[in-house]
Amino acid sequence: MTTAPTPPELAIQEELPVDDHEHHDFRMFGLLTFLVSESLMFGALFAVFLIFRGEFPQWPPEETEVELLLPAINTVILVSSSFVIHYGDVAIKKGNVAGLRKWYWVTALMGAIFLAGQAYEYATLGYGLTTNVFANCFYIMTGFHGLHVFVGILLILGVLWRSRVPGHYTAEKHVGVEMAEIYWHFVDIIWIVLFVLIYVLALVN
Amino acid sequence: MAQAQLPVSGELPQVSGHHPTAWKWYDYFTFNVDHKVIGIQYLVFSFVFYLLGGLMAVVMRTELYTPDADVIDPNLYNALLTNHGTIMIFGWIVPAAIGGFGNFLVPLMIGARDMAFPRLNALAFWMLPPAGLLLLGSFIFGGAQAGWTSYPPLSLITANTAQSMWCLSIILAGTSSILGSVNFVVTMVKMRVPSMPWDKMPLFCWAMMATSILALLSTPVLAIGLILLLFDINFGTSFFKPDAGGNVIIYQHLFWFYSHPAVYLMILPIFGIMSEVIPVHARKPIFGYKAIVGSSMVICMVGLFVWVHHMFTSGTPPWMRMFFTVSTLIVAVPTGVKIFSWTATLWGGKIRYTSAMLFAIGLLIMFVVGGLSGVTLGTAPVDIHMHDTYYVVAHFHYVLFGGSVFGLYAGIYHWFPKMTGRMLNEPLGKVHFLLTLIGANLTFLPMHVLGTQGMPRRVAMYDPQFTQINQICTIGAFVLAFSVIPFLVNVIWSWGWGEKASGNPWRALTLEWTTASPPIIENWHRLPVLTHGPYDYGMNGHDTSPAIATHS
Ligand code: HEM
Ligand SMILES: [Cu+2]
Repeated sequence: MTTAPTPPELAIQEELPVDDHEHHDFRMFGLLTFLVSESLMFGALFAVFLIFRGEFPQWPPEETEVELLLPAINTVILVSSSFVIHYGDVAIKKGNVAGLRKWYWVTALMGAIFLAGQAYEYATLGYGLTTNVFANCFYIMTGFHGLHVFVGILLILGVLWRSRVPGHYTAEKHVGVEMAEIYWHFVDIIWIVLFVLIYVLALVN
Repeated sequence: MAQAQLPVSGELPQVSGHHPTAWKWYDYFTFNVDHKVIGIQYLVFSFVFYLLGGLMAVVMRTELYTPDADVIDPNLYNALLTNHGTIMIFGWIVPAAIGGFGNFLVPLMIGARDMAFPRLNALAFWMLPPAGLLLLGSFIFGGAQAGWTSYPPLSLITANTAQSMWCLSIILAGTSSILGSVNFVVTMVKMRVPSMPWDKMPLFCWAMMATSILALLSTPVLAIGLILLLFDINFGTSFFKPDAGGNVIIYQHLFWFYSHPAVYLMILPIFGIMSEVIPVHARKPIFGYKAIVGSSMVICMVGLFVWVHHMFTSGTPPWMRMFFTVSTLIVAVPTGVKIFSWTATLWGGKIRYTSAMLFAIGLLIMFVVGGLSGVTLGTAPVDIHMHDTYYVVAHFHYVLFGGSVFGLYAGIYHWFPKMTGRMLNEPLGKVHFLLTLIGANLTFLPMHVLGTQGMPRRVAMYDPQFTQINQICTIGAFVLAFSVIPFLVNVIWSWGWGEKASGNPWRALTLEWTTASPPIIENWHRLPVLTHGPYDYGMNGHDTSPAIATHS
């Protein structure tokens, strides 16, 4: 063989795209990856709940029944808020910052109402975290979810705070807005599963 | 890319304005966002914890030199045992393999300037020091004593404060690992140089991909287990309290759903290191690139469904034992595929017996022993006899010490020149290897016998009939402790005064070797373009190419 040896370094030519030091925005992809992981936290809680449900003759056990009306109202509020927040996204896609702000305010408000409803439920339920294993599960699951709602509200408030600056979000550049929205949908979907497990399955005991 | 543009003259060697061109030593103690700095932070941090965990092991082995508990109090023994295991896993192997090598190498290997989320990356690292301090601080309160598995009810009734600190520490480390994994996935999916298709991505990166997916899917489950444990200890819940309607087995499921995959978190990156080190030092293309990639992915998927093999004796129903015996035996197959691939790569190669290569070959031998004992344990009928004996201890030390630790050493010898710009001393490296190999086998091989004879694990006192074999193990442990000295001397001396390393001292073909040693900040002046595969040794004349001078 007479081919001249090619040192790896020479074999590697170089390119110079003008912006190659600039970072692209991968935050959305990062968030989605993170949410896959996060959903398994809830997955584990759901599994724990279901195992106990299979073990107990009656679930929820007597004296720790759940009520249905308030959580149902809360569910309606949270699920509708997922549509509301989407209007905000639609608005910013058209470059309408005022619209974005309006819809995000409404969403944050609905989230706050949901949390208030949750707190009211806790206060009126008549049993606490330590009453029995069902109560353990109930408070940990709804509490952990509530924490996520709270974080979601903070994200939305963050978007609202930043959107005060004209031009911060535009029709082309609004990843932050969309991330808050995706997170909110996530919290919403988790709630639906939770609602079915805790409240609806209680009916088919 | 074919249409390489010419740089505007005059501004060529300029790294983009907002950074200095090289880091100072004190930058390594700050919230630095450069993936190379973070990688080295992880490596040094974890090595310190390795020494601490090793010290604990030496104290335990000293205690076990005689059947009676005459050196330390048995409760302290339990605390050392628990923290030794925890530190070795969460403070050494995971952060060193994933955080250390992963962060340092992945961007360099795929031709990226940094990870996708540099600040998140730094944040993930800086969660570890508090996690480590929590573990060490727990000794003030007696130290967690329920083993690294922390099964309730034991973990609910011993050293509550220390146990809670233990839980918080692991939750912190787990969060760090999740954030790190998000970063790895996004970086590899989005930031490869345009000229690198998936099937030209180095195998270490593939291993990191499988590792990250596994960490993302399993760590949150452990976190829930530990959160519930924390609530049981501190807030009066009774998830794991049988007398109040709780169920201890649920904890075991949550724990092992993470911790079996965790053994792959500790070995997949090491497999990746193997796949890089072996072809370079055997001067041959890797045998079965696709098989290795595929087997990593199969391990990652099947590995999620074998966890009950740790629970064969936990009242597990027969159908479950059957199912998980089969899945466990299946998951050993892709592992075997890799072993064969590496062996075939070595076969007929022009092997250079560098320290890195010696550790890689040592790993190959040790890991086969550990894999075989694993398969015997994976078979429920055998495991019912062997469970919680020293046979299990022998098994996991062959895979974790003979596998993961050997692999970390191979990686350090291989990439030290790239990381520091200095070569390690080869003769000292060989002494280190020999001592480690002898020490490891002296310590862990006799444990198989102890286990088959029925000596339980996790005890400070044992039946006098086991004395002799235990003494062999203890002497082996001393050899292992001693073996660290030549390594430490080597690293410290070489880092300061070692022979200067060129950009590509091993004449390797992956991209990290196309930049200076140590790499400049942001890695390259201009991003490299791939013109050959990562393992094309002996092809297109690559093997005969001369060593390359540094180009900085
Ligand atoms: C060939 C593949 C493997 C098989 C079939 C296998 C099988 C098993 C089984 C069945 C057990 C449970 C034994 C018992 O507690 O009774 C076990 C324990 C263990 N294995 Fe493996 N194993 C394999 C590879 C590995 C690897 C690669 C690692 C880590 C790098 C590892 C780390 C461990 C650890 C740490 C334990 C003990 C956990 C404890 O503290 O109880 N294994 N293995
Ligand atoms: Cu396992």
